[in-house]
Amino acid sequence: MDDDLDEVFKALSDRSRRLVLDKLREQPGPTLGELCTHLDMSRQAGSKHIGILEAAGLVVTVWHGRQKLHYLNPVPIHEIRRRWISKYEQSRLDALATLKTALEEGHHE
Amino acid sequence: MSEPRFVYVTYIRTTRERLWQALTTPEFSRQYWWGREVESDFAVGSPIRYTYDGGAELDIAGTILAADPPERLSYTFADPGYRERDERPSRVTFLVEEAKDFDGVVRLTVTHDDFVPGSSSPEGVSQGWPDILASLKTLLETGRPLPYA
Repeated sequence: MDDDLDEVFKALSDRSRRLVLDKLREQPGPTLGELCTHLDMSRQAGSKHIGILEAAGLVVTVWHGRQKLHYLNPVPIHEIRRRWISKYEQSRLDALATLKTALEEGHHE
Repeated sequence: MSEPRFVYVTYIRTTRERLWQALTTPEFSRQYWWGREVESDFAVGSPIRYTYDGGAELDIAGTILAADPPERLSYTFADPGYRERDERPSRVTFLVEEAKDFDGVVRLTVTHDDFVPGSSSPEGVSQGWPDILASLKTLLETGRPLPYA
């Protein structure tokens, strides 16, 4: 199912959809209404973005009573990572990212 | 019931019965869960343990909440960190379904929830499952697990 990645990259190629994923990572399990309120997005736009993210497997929904809750599913992104980054490189990349964050935070002060 | 905290979905080219076998036998779990061997009789209320080194070292311990082969497995989940912090265990549920629109593909949903509010463990969990699921998928589809390194 290699070409599933087309859907993943298409879904990730939009800033609003990346913000949806950021929000879901920060606060798992909102309803569509809650998510749109947090992101200051119309329900219509939110619903469309969620549909694209769901089709790509990046968002999964779970019924909790009568509410449909939304979750980030990191598995497709994990598969991308496994494909191009080895565990060995991971620790060095983490170190670089930490350094970048520290330097850039210092820069703003 | 509390709201789920983590939900992971992966699609695996296998059968539900084979996936169930992978979830419930040490010969499989050892391969995709980096040496951890599952042991349980999978009756509701029975203990479930994941051990290393032929049972010498206990990693995860819990109690079976539901076991309906080949569809649904749920158990309480306590790793060594929980036991050190003296917290009650969280809960893991595996749901194994036929994938809609794909013949010969199974949709596996892993839900991890019921954490103690404010517990520090969810972050560790969020990093662990994607690796385990990727390894399980590779094992079932190719006959070999992913290397840990």
